[in-house]
Amino acid sequence: MRYISNTPAQQREMLARIGVGSIEDLLSRVPTKARLSRPLNLPAAMAESDLVRHLRALSALNANADDYACFLGAGSYDHSVPSPINHLISRGEFFTAYTPYQPEASQGTLRSIFEYQSMMAELTGMDVANASLYDGASSVAEAALMAHAVTERNAIVLSKGLNPLYRQVVETYCEGPGIRLKSAPIGDGATDLDALRKAVGSQTAAVVIQHPNFFGCLEDVKAAADIAHAQGALLVVVADPVNLGLLTPPGALGADLVVGEGQGLGVPMSFGGPNLGVFAAKQELVRRIPGRLVGATVDLDGQRGFVLTLQTREQHIRREKATSNICTNVALCALMATIYVSIMGKVGIRKVGELSTAKAHYAAETFAKIPGVRVRFTAPFFKEFTLALPKSPERVAKRLMKEKILAGVPLKAFDRAQKDCLLVAVTEKRTRSEIDAYAAALAAAVA
Amino acid sequence: MRTAKPGYDKLIFELSCPGRHAHSLPECDVPVSDPAQLLPKEHLRAAPAELPEVSEVDVVRHYSRLSQMNYGVDTHFYPLGSCTMKYNPKINEDMARLAGFARLHPLTPEAAAQGALRLMDELSRDLAEVSGMDHVSLQPAAGAQGEMAGVLMIRAYHLARGERRTKVLIPDSAHGTNPASTALAGYSVVELRSEENGDVDLLDLERHLSDDVAAFMITQPNTLGLFESKIHQITEMCHAKGVQVYMDGANFNAILGITRPGDLGFDVCHFNLHKTFTTPHGGGGPGAGPVGIKEHLAPFLPTPVVVKDGDEYAFDWNRPQSIGKLQAFWGNFGMLVRAWTYIRTMGPDGLRAVSDNAVLNANYILKRLEGDYDRSAPGPCMHECVVSARRQKKLGVTATDIAKRLLDLGFYAPTTYFPLIVEEALMIEPTETESKETLDEFCDAMIQIAREARDNPQLIHDAPVTTPVRRLDQTAAARQPRLKWTPQAK
Amino acid sequence: MANVPGELRYTKEHEWAKLDGDKARVGITAFAQEQLGDVVFVELPKVGAKVTAMKTFGVVESVKAVSDLFAPLSGEVVEINAELPKKPEVVNADPYGDGWMIVIKLSNAREWEGLMPAGDYEKLIAEAGH
Repeated sequence: MRYISNTPAQQREMLARIGVGSIEDLLSRVPTKARLSRPLNLPAAMAESDLVRHLRALSALNANADDYACFLGAGSYDHSVPSPINHLISRGEFFTAYTPYQPEASQGTLRSIFEYQSMMAELTGMDVANASLYDGASSVAEAALMAHAVTERNAIVLSKGLNPLYRQVVETYCEGPGIRLKSAPIGDGATDLDALRKAVGSQTAAVVIQHPNFFGCLEDVKAAADIAHAQGALLVVVADPVNLGLLTPPGALGADLVVGEGQGLGVPMSFGGPNLGVFAAKQELVRRIPGRLVGATVDLDGQRGFVLTLQTREQHIRREKATSNICTNVALCALMATIYVSIMGKVGIRKVGELSTAKAHYAAETFAKIPGVRVRFTAPFFKEFTLALPKSPERVAKRLMKEKILAGVPLKAFDRAQKDCLLVAVTEKRTRSEIDAYAAALAAAVA
Repeated sequence: MRTAKPGYDKLIFELSCPGRHAHSLPECDVPVSDPAQLLPKEHLRAAPAELPEVSEVDVVRHYSRLSQMNYGVDTHFYPLGSCTMKYNPKINEDMARLAGFARLHPLTPEAAAQGALRLMDELSRDLAEVSGMDHVSLQPAAGAQGEMAGVLMIRAYHLARGERRTKVLIPDSAHGTNPASTALAGYSVVELRSEENGDVDLLDLERHLSDDVAAFMITQPNTLGLFESKIHQITEMCHAKGVQVYMDGANFNAILGITRPGDLGFDVCHFNLHKTFTTPHGGGGPGAGPVGIKEHLAPFLPTPVVVKDGDEYAFDWNRPQSIGKLQAFWGNFGMLVRAWTYIRTMGPDGLRAVSDNAVLNANYILKRLEGDYDRSAPGPCMHECVVSARRQKKLGVTATDIAKRLLDLGFYAPTTYFPLIVEEALMIEPTETESKETLDEFCDAMIQIAREARDNPQLIHDAPVTTPVRRLDQTAAARQPRLKWTPQAK
Repeated sequence: MANVPGELRYTKEHEWAKLDGDKARVGITAFAQEQLGDVVFVELPKVGAKVTAMKTFGVVESVKAVSDLFAPLSGEVVEINAELPKKPEVVNADPYGDGWMIVIKLSNAREWEGLMPAGDYEKLIAEAGH
């Protein structure tokens, strides 16, 4: 048993020292009635080479983005993952370390999280960011809970531009506290501001908009902020941090909380998890933020050092009165993001946004030349757009799979009003020839 | 006086040099590349984000140096109680990185993701078998989310039967996430007294059970590392009042192949894949917290559920009574691959050997330490033991001091001050992957510290001195929080 | 020797109150601040807020714990200690003096008789110690 070091001889030595005859004697508190009387009914152990062969075959059944040109988005993106990331996060001291409760032995993790917090605050334009939450969707849910606690109000208004999967998570989290969710519809791709104004009232704790939204369209964040603040509500902006190298940060436009999915910052898509929940806030809200926070301090010699701070708000101390129940952050994913931002740097992260939007616009323009195909909304878009098709999007996508293209997300399951549409995402990795090949295949598929 | 060599003390922002870069992005190959021609001006940043400008060498050297400031399981014995810091197998890492897994978009059409769906289905069946539960949802991102999902399913179950119960019972020895998750689900928490050894106080339980109680949540074995032997009686008492019983699966490493929550009468349990099932702790996450249930809770499972139809796998979204979703997508798939790989590597005999050796190792430590540290309870422990530094406290040496001195002696410290019901608690979980030699080295160090507490306590109060930093000012960090880098600060 | 000024009265949650006509000044006791450790933050109500006897009026936070603050008496908050947000350490240094937290204008003066005199509070904390 290669992960168990002790040999039978050593086990006997240890049992003798303890003063019992067998390991069974140590299990005396487990009543016989409770004992499993048979081995676990699981497949027999596999040798490593057999295991590898088996999993390679299993993984080969999946249409992955190395073999297919990936135009899928909706909260997970095929952005570049620079090569040093995997090497660095695979260092055992990083990935086999625990939560930094003993800070003297965890300065590596603590410093990298402090850098991560700094980078997320900078990208979002906010005063403070936490050490990460599970994913974009649960970050929105935590923001809703926090707004409820801070304002002591019971309703949240969610734009219909919010990813429907995120809305489902918010509904689940708001069930227990009994928070009411209201909607504001989208107009021609972006949130209908008049409808939003009508939906927001004196019981609204927060307004939640996604920017760019689920359909790819850019929102008027400043207008939404004004509407929310006029009623004393908070503005929560759901944003993709990769885009914020180029887009005006929501913090500069009046956001009180900025949350979102950081997967595009060097975290593998990995069939939807693990992910990276970004959470950033204004200074006056710092003691109400869920999750971990790393702070700078000094040691006994006056040397700079870093520690988990404001921990008393967290579950292990505050228990049922905690700001949240969260116990982990996604430290290793946050480290991937930190290294990604370091590698991309001030210039590169802007360039990722520039390339993504340039290629997305080229793709939209090229596809819209095909008879019967058009971009659904007129609102400006960033790296994703909603493409209306004359034929079933599911069937079109299936045909394009044969050309090794993952064409986009059919929207029928998300929004019946867009059931003739495909959500197409274009990142900096999509080449002009991939886009042209898509256009050719699409033209044939809808002819 | 510092005795450690001068350490590395830079942040990536401080290595920044204007004009340096590490990125490698292609030139724009489409006609219009200027975003100002594509997007309204107000959407574009006026000035670039103030982020580092460093070379690839800078990045690699910086993060490599940072890693050297960490203790990890790969380098140090890590006896944190209830965290199960066992060895993280490297084959798990290789398999999670296979392109067919790592490079798979979550919204890939199901017909083209059969390998992933099959792995998920098989893992949930494996976990169901290990736990004696009927169904397992792999969606929760961590143990705390698994707990919340479990409590929400219990809530949905009672509501579906027309009952609005308002309370959940939790022992005072429980982990903080138990009451926190319960409160999030809208329940009020009633704390029950534990007996001194962490056992459930049956009289206190009896007094509190009523038809206003939705659930009773316990950890098995308990947080003192002892198996609650009255468990059948407890689950029967609860069920007689319509109360659901929840098992916190943090201590699963003690019971693999020995007993199963489903056989003990539990209705719900969660798993921490980053504990028992070796997915790496990563410095604080990501984890994965699948939740297992008995059949009567199946309608309330999170959506979607993986279903098997012949040889085909698919997501079932038609779940009208589901509690909803916890994450945007389907679960921490990368961690699921690792757990699947571990279970296939070990097989049924290997998993049984895990709990046997975990129990053996913890009892060996308890035996070797009992001369110098107070046991928290008589009798054998399971996979972890809790000792009290009460004797040392009388000499002015606290559990914290002992933890810091252990860092100097080359060990990560055990968990301190948990469970709350043991004074100056040190909770030690060696796990099954440690050798007798390592356990002996650790016990020798603990005994040395006990001696130092009598003969030279200043050594312990000064600790640690060999780590990159010495004890840190937590008060200053909390009074004047400095939570991000600014150009002037250093 | 416990630090329990004789002219003050106490709650079992370790707050003290000092009567001054129809008002009472309130803070936490020396025992409380010792148990908490270094105070890092104090959350106080706004002036004008109503408080009710033995219901919470704020929160005191230290590095290792957070404790609710319980109002000894009912009434309206007429003053709060503006120094505390900037210098929470004053609660540790001078809990009965500069570390005061709020002044309540009493709505029910008879509640004063229900508070613990110094002797009883001294007994309470003596029992709590190990």
